[in-house]
Amino acid sequence: MKSIYTLNSAEETMAWGQKFGNILDNKAIILLKGPMGAGKTTLTKGIARGMGIEEIVTSPTFTIISEYPGNKPLIHIDLYRLEGEDDFESIGLAELLDGPGVKILEWSEKLGDYIKGFETMEITFSILNDNKRQIETKGITLS
Amino acid sequence: MRILGIETSCDECSAAVVDNGRTILSNIIATQIEAHRPFYGVVPEIASRMHTEWIIPVVKEAIEQAGIEENTIDAVAVTSRPGLIGSLLVGMCFGKAFAFSKGIPFIGIDHIEAHLYAPHLEQDISYPYIGLLVSGGHSLITYVRDFDDYDVLGTTIDDACGEAFDKVAKFYDIGYPGGVAIDRLSKEGDDRAFNFPKPSLHKGDHQYDVSYSGLKTAAVNQLDLFWNGEAEKSRANIAASFQRAAIDIIANKAIKAARDKGVKKIVAGGGVSANSYLRRKMADQKDIQAIFPSLKLCTDNGAMIAGLSYHHLKKGRQSELNLNASARVPLFKKNYP
Repeated sequence: MKSIYTLNSAEETMAWGQKFGNILDNKAIILLKGPMGAGKTTLTKGIARGMGIEEIVTSPTFTIISEYPGNKPLIHIDLYRLEGEDDFESIGLAELLDGPGVKILEWSEKLGDYIKGFETMEITFSILNDNKRQIETKGITLS
Repeated sequence: MRILGIETSCDECSAAVVDNGRTILSNIIATQIEAHRPFYGVVPEIASRMHTEWIIPVVKEAIEQAGIEENTIDAVAVTSRPGLIGSLLVGMCFGKAFAFSKGIPFIGIDHIEAHLYAPHLEQDISYPYIGLLVSGGHSLITYVRDFDDYDVLGTTIDDACGEAFDKVAKFYDIGYPGGVAIDRLSKEGDDRAFNFPKPSLHKGDHQYDVSYSGLKTAAVNQLDLFWNGEAEKSRANIAASFQRAAIDIIANKAIKAARDKGVKKIVAGGGVSANSYLRRKMADQKDIQAIFPSLKLCTDNGAMIAGLSYHHLKKGRQSELNLNASARVPLFKKNYP
């Protein structure tokens, strides 16, 4: 099922993420798509807050994977610098996706067929104007 | 005490021989920049494979250039955290094997601590001071009391400073590495062409924290909003304006930290500390002495690892051979690590 939401500011993106983070189960795989500066990390910060994680979520571009422990751990993965299956294997992506924890993947466009066979939720960002964003979700029901 | 230092946390494969934490006998840095250039960023799989190929020749070169016999090395120090896990593991495995085969102590070293130590290899610097570490992976403002005693006053709440440079450079096809390319292009640009936003985080514990996500978004998506209405919207003008904002964000916090804490010294390190605007800006602060390491010690290098480890080893510290590498340190905890 597809849904479309309009988010008017970074704060709204954060709040939407928080609500969403609240209902996630411990094996969710969330694929984030969209251009640079669209709000992918901001949304992840909101999700982390909704999951009850106190540590501040920062961009995982440098370390590729950041894990935040908690009742439900958050595994924040950034594919920005990865190129193809060899790179995915080198970070142990398949095992991570199979394992426990909420997995959030930024720049998931890069995954291609690699993600087939996993049950996923998808959030695609588009930039409407300076602060306004639209997100289209697939596989997500928010009350 | 003669120490072999190894650093493979990211895209530099480096080995150095340092005597007594100060005298650099050799400091070999093999950079992978060319290999990563097509991707505009470090590709982890490429990085760890190249480290595997390079580590033995790099260490050999370090020993040869130092003009020493291998068996005069008293200990091996290796970066154990933070960094790219696959890259860290190459240096760690090599260092452990080397130490084990020679029957000498092995010690894992924190990359952040080592960057803060780097300028001490070149001059006597008295404590305390404000440490400013800016690179592709780190943006830290620290209050440093000793080589192993410091508080993290502020860090980034989203992107690292150097990461913002790399991403903006990639978006505008300015060059790689982004920091160097933007610095170079900025010299031709007007840094007032765009008045990019500088976030103000004043709340409680966050007064020295920085944020780069807003600036990155502004430079990539909101040019018109911050344009001065006159200058050309050229890449050089974007680069110069971006650089001014990016450096001001963290430099202003470091200067504020120094004034608030009543210390007169800021010691910089990390790749971004090579930035020419940062160096000019710091030189303009008449009440604060800014100390920058030489360009070779700004970047990741084995000498800072060997140099710092001397002081830990002297205090009787060393690591077991089962020590693990770790990609990340929970930087946000104010008492690092």
